[in-house]
Order: sequence, then C-alpha cells, then structure tokens
Amino acid sequence: MSYVRAFGRFWWDFIVGDDWVVAAAVGLGLVLTGILTGLGVDAWWLLPLVVALALAGSLRRATRVTTT
Amino acid sequence: MTGTILLVLGSFLASAVEMVEALTIVLGVGVVRGWRSTLFGVGAAAVVLAGLIATIGPALGSIPIDALRLVVGALLLVFGLQWLRKAILRSSGYKALHDEEEAFREGREQAAAAGTDQRAGLDWYSFTVAFKGVLLEGLEVVFIVISFGAAQGRFGPAVLGAAAAVVIVVAAGLLARGPLERVPENAIKFAVGLLLTSFGIFWAAEGAGVDWPGDELSLLAVIAFVGALSFGLVRSLRRQRLSASPAGAGA
Repeated sequence: MSYVRAFGRFWWDFIVGDDWVVAAAVGLGLVLTGILTGLGVDAWWLLPLVVALALAGSLRRATRVTTT
Repeated sequence: MTGTILLVLGSFLASAVEMVEALTIVLGVGVVRGWRSTLFGVGAAAVVLAGLIATIGPALGSIPIDALRLVVGALLLVFGLQWLRKAILRSSGYKALHDEEEAFREGREQAAAAGTDQRAGLDWYSFTVAFKGVLLEGLEVVFIVISFGAAQGRFGPAVLGAAAAVVIVVAAGLLARGPLERVPENAIKFAVGLLLTSFGIFWAAEGAGVDWPGDELSLLAVIAFVGALSFGLVRSLRRQRLSASPAGAGA
C-alpha cells in the first residue's frame, strides 16, 4: 500500500507540482472549452485566458507566502 | 512546418537542460568514486528509459488523435506551467537560481563522505546515485518526447531534438571535463516552460474541439501571448519584491 501511495505521490509531484489549483483551473478551462465548442462557439480564446489567470494567481499565492 | 521546428527546438532545449543536470550528478560521483559503477548506473537508467519509450510510444498510436491531444495537451500544459512558474519565480528573485557548480561541489562532497558498500561487484553508492539521477532527469525528457510525439502523430522530430541534446551535452561535458556551469540553464528553463505551456494550450484546446484561427500559425501567437504574459509577470513580481524589501534593491 505504501508503495502504491509513493508511486501516486511521485506522479502527482511530477505532473501537478506545488500548486494543484493550477491543474484544477486547466481542467475546468478544458471542460468549459469543450462545452462552448459543443454549443457552436469556437472558444479558442478561453484556455489562454484561463492559463493567464491561473498562472498570475499561483504566483501571487507563492510570493505572498514567501514575503510574509 | 513552423510547428515541427518549434517541436524540435522544445524537445532539444528541454532535453539539454535535463541532461546538463544529469551530467553534473554523474560527474560528481564518477570523479570521486570511479567510473565503472557510475557508468553501469547510467547504462541501467538508459535501458529503463528506452524501455519506457518503446512500451508507451507505440501503444499511444492506437488512441484517436483528438482524445490523445486533449489528454497529452492537458498534461503538457500543467507540466509546462510548473516549469514556467518556477522560471518566473527565479527571474523575479523569489527563488534561488540553479547553480551547476554548487550542485557539483555538493555531489562531490556527498560522494566522498559516503561509505563503501559492494554489491554484485559494484560500488553501490555510485551505481544508485548515477542510476537515480539519470532516471529522474531522463523521465522528464521521456515525458516531453512522448507527449510531443503523440500529439503530433509522429515521434521523429521530438526524438531528433532529444537525441541531438544528449549528444551535444555529453560531448560538451567530455570536452569541459566538468559541470557545464556556463550553460544559461535558467534562461533555457524559461524558454522550455514557455514552449511546453504554449504547445499544451494549442493541443489541449484542439483536442477539446477548438479550430484555431490560422491553424498551425496560431501556435506562434500563443507563444507570443504566453511570452508577453510571463515577462509582464516577472516585471511585476520584481517591482513587488523590491518595494517589499528596499534593502535588497540591488539584489
């Protein structure tokens, strides 16, 4: 069990890293993009927007922790 | 064509930066404790990595390209954002720059202080440190090569970029006989984060059903957007850091 947990932990750290909120935002952005394209809206602009907000938010959280 | 060139470049830069780090670990152990067991460790890790590519690569070929682009693009995007986030924190002074010379010195000190443990005729410390170092650094290369190859539907350009990086870094390491501390590693990591994030956005959105205006050319626009965003964030964080600690204004 601890081996499975360590294996999962390794891949979590490898892919997701320090801030899971960024990964969650990307997932949400993709779901919304899929829904909008399904409704006939070519939402190519949505994912770059989500990335910009997620990255800025993540850096804000990281530097706030560092500076306090 | 533009996408292929950028793909080779991305694969080359990502592989080069990981190989520089692996080389530092291998040199640190090999110089202090001898080369035989160290090179066995490098060889064993290379076999595991080659096995991973040979197993996962062809298996991905049977998955529909849109589903593959969605999954691979999403993984690449999350992974790339990690690189970009760290690169922005380094460039703005919130995180220490990676220093190969320092890493090499630490590696040498640890190798010299470690005891002797012979297993299967090998110096076990040298073998395991070289094996783990090359495997962990190489895993990122394998991940990028497989992601790029799978999303593009052909592995040639990504493998070419990675192979060129391995050859050049190893040759440079042999010539320099030391860690490659003059490689602008932090700038390369920034570029890699930029490319991984941009490719991730492009492919993941395509996989979700988006038709990019201008097709492959819009990849350049995505790179420009992510680049402008990143440099803007670096400037903003630098200002924030300097205003928070006026004493460190010269840092």
